[in-house]
Amino acid sequence: MSLVIRNARPYGEEPVDLLVEDGVITEIGAGLAGPEGAEVLDGAGQVLLPGFVDLHTHLREPGGEESETIATGSAAAALGGYTAVFAMPNTDPVADSEVVVEHVRRRGEEVGLVDVHPVGAVTVGLEGQKMAELGTMANSRAQVRMFSDDGRCVHDPVIMRRALEYASALDVVIAQHAEDHRLTVGAQAHEGVVASRLGLTGWPATAEETIVARDCALAREAGAALHICHVSSARTIDVLRLAKEQGVRVTAEVTPHHLLLTDARLTSYDPVNKVNPPLRTAADTEAMRTALAEGLIDVVATDHAPHAAQYKDTEWAAARPGMLGLQTALSVVVHTMVEPGLLDWRGVARVMSERPAEIGNLPDHGRPIAVGEPANLTLVDPDGVWTVRGENLASKASNTPYEGMRLPATVTATILRGRITARNGEVA
Amino acid sequence: MKHLLSVTDLDAAEATALLDTADRLKQALLGREVRKLPTLRGRTVITMFYEDSTRTRVSFEIAGKWMSADTINVSARGSSVSKGESLRDTSLTLSSMGADCVVVRHPASGAAHRIAAWTDRDRAVTGIHTSVVNAGDGTHEHPTQALLDAATLRERLGGIAGRRVGIVGDVLHSRVARSNVFLLATLGAEVVLIAPPTLLPVGVEEWPCRVSAELDAELPALDAVMMLRVQAERMHGAFFPSSREYAIRYGLSPERAALLPDHAIVMHPGPMIRGMEIAPSVADAPSSAILGQVRNGVHVRMAVLYHLLAGASS
Repeated sequence: MSLVIRNARPYGEEPVDLLVEDGVITEIGAGLAGPEGAEVLDGAGQVLLPGFVDLHTHLREPGGEESETIATGSAAAALGGYTAVFAMPNTDPVADSEVVVEHVRRRGEEVGLVDVHPVGAVTVGLEGQKMAELGTMANSRAQVRMFSDDGRCVHDPVIMRRALEYASALDVVIAQHAEDHRLTVGAQAHEGVVASRLGLTGWPATAEETIVARDCALAREAGAALHICHVSSARTIDVLRLAKEQGVRVTAEVTPHHLLLTDARLTSYDPVNKVNPPLRTAADTEAMRTALAEGLIDVVATDHAPHAAQYKDTEWAAARPGMLGLQTALSVVVHTMVEPGLLDWRGVARVMSERPAEIGNLPDHGRPIAVGEPANLTLVDPDGVWTVRGENLASKASNTPYEGMRLPATVTATILRGRITARNGEVA
Repeated sequence: MKHLLSVTDLDAAEATALLDTADRLKQALLGREVRKLPTLRGRTVITMFYEDSTRTRVSFEIAGKWMSADTINVSARGSSVSKGESLRDTSLTLSSMGADCVVVRHPASGAAHRIAAWTDRDRAVTGIHTSVVNAGDGTHEHPTQALLDAATLRERLGGIAGRRVGIVGDVLHSRVARSNVFLLATLGAEVVLIAPPTLLPVGVEEWPCRVSAELDAELPALDAVMMLRVQAERMHGAFFPSSREYAIRYGLSPERAALLPDHAIVMHPGPMIRGMEIAPSVADAPSSAILGQVRNGVHVRMAVLYHLLAGASS
């Protein structure tokens, strides 16, 4: 099986043709013909990037199929330019055993639109009490490389310490949802002026900052790899800076919504804006952008969290937190980072593909666009503009906070091991 | 006026017009043997209460009945809500039955906003218009309470602009405090919030009021002091050390009430916890406006229903 990509600009640089054979880039040059019968993809002078890798996706299967399935979530991922996603374990049953992680992995392979890497739970049932069988999951057919109790914080410092120590021998990373839940009892929104006026119980930024500080100290002692999920507060950046200066093996992600949206949107009480950690202030989004540009925050991860309408079209307090992210991530990154000159296309490749693949320990993703490398690629029209409509997104749910927004940049093709998985807004 | 969801829906002229209507309704009913006006005959008002309430629910019901509206009370207990029906479905069901007005009390902040959004969306299809009145949503607002407090201040002090009103106690969890701060500021009063820092919301410095932790220092310069209820469950959240210490530092004792100027009035939205935030003798003294607040509540709610349903703002 051969594919010729004509006139594409790797990292937005000089246009080239690429020949892909059996899932590997075999030639890069000008005027490549390719073997007879090869499929041809016209790059039209668009930007070619390594396929995106999302460290933080909720595919909801098993158990939450009214909101998303591995099939619909994989389609959303392919259309968003992703070639690999990490599926969080807060499913029903929880992905805390090799049985569940292997099931998720196998369903992902059957769908075949994106590499689905299950994230294993750190503790049994996400209950924070007893360590799950990390080694068994890591060595299972699912090859779990990241563990997280996402949605909940591993709160007990002893459990967190042991998990980090244990994980250090398995060459896996522990991803922490940093939230001191004693400080966020009943929390509904960022603790600040807006929440106070709206009578919504506050989620103080200190609840994130203190757990990140604690876990960086624990990771330093354990010599373990720690990843911080969805950093949302400017204060957390200061903690990360200090930890990284001290050589702690800590990495961090920011979501597209924490780069763009603020709690000013909450005045309508429309729960489409409800997410955990909550939307914070303009000063926080500014700090997120700067930290991402400087590398203090390593990657963009979507925290794609589909919820069926009955869980969202309610009063604020009853609504589940979370928003769709896979199909809007690139556009939000272009809008918040590329357009203001904070990142170039090399930078986009770094934060959306290369670093996530390194953190998630995926040897075949986030690779350079070069001969001999796997053909996991995303073609982006940098001049494309589109209007977000939740009902048109591939996810089963339509809880997008970007409804009606006009956003820049469109994904025109996604290629997984030489096979086109999405093209011009259609799953292929 | 389409809905009454927040006091910030009202500018000074609109709020004053409501208070003036309340005054006129009060005068019209004064000394009447049959307290019934035909104003809202044929209109249907449904109260939807998801929290226990005596005064607000009854006050709205009386307000509707005195103006000849058909008032129907729905409570969460004993309704389809206890079968798991969503707030959206319950409110659209009641609006589809022809409610001209839904009066809602709900523990979730913003619940009335959501109901207004759902019924407005539905109106585009059905053409049925349902006005929504917020009768208390979580810790957000209680607009008719603030209006009845304003009516009471106006009645007892001769005006609102330039008067200094102290609001004492659990501001953090109080929808009454939020509605009062913003309505009284709109009407030109000077508001002072008096509470321990643990019971003040983050960002309160952005509100149109002053903040103080010292009740005794503020009392001599107040025209009115409004005591807020302290809920027993707050004791478990480490907001203050004990009910004893709270009563000592922030309770309105007779000695403390004596620090108020002679003309000043004492207010409480109720229900009171006598001996905690207010001493019984203070609650029952001539300076107390507490039952006057309750009386004004009916007239203010009549005015709100009248403005919403009879299009009487002109």
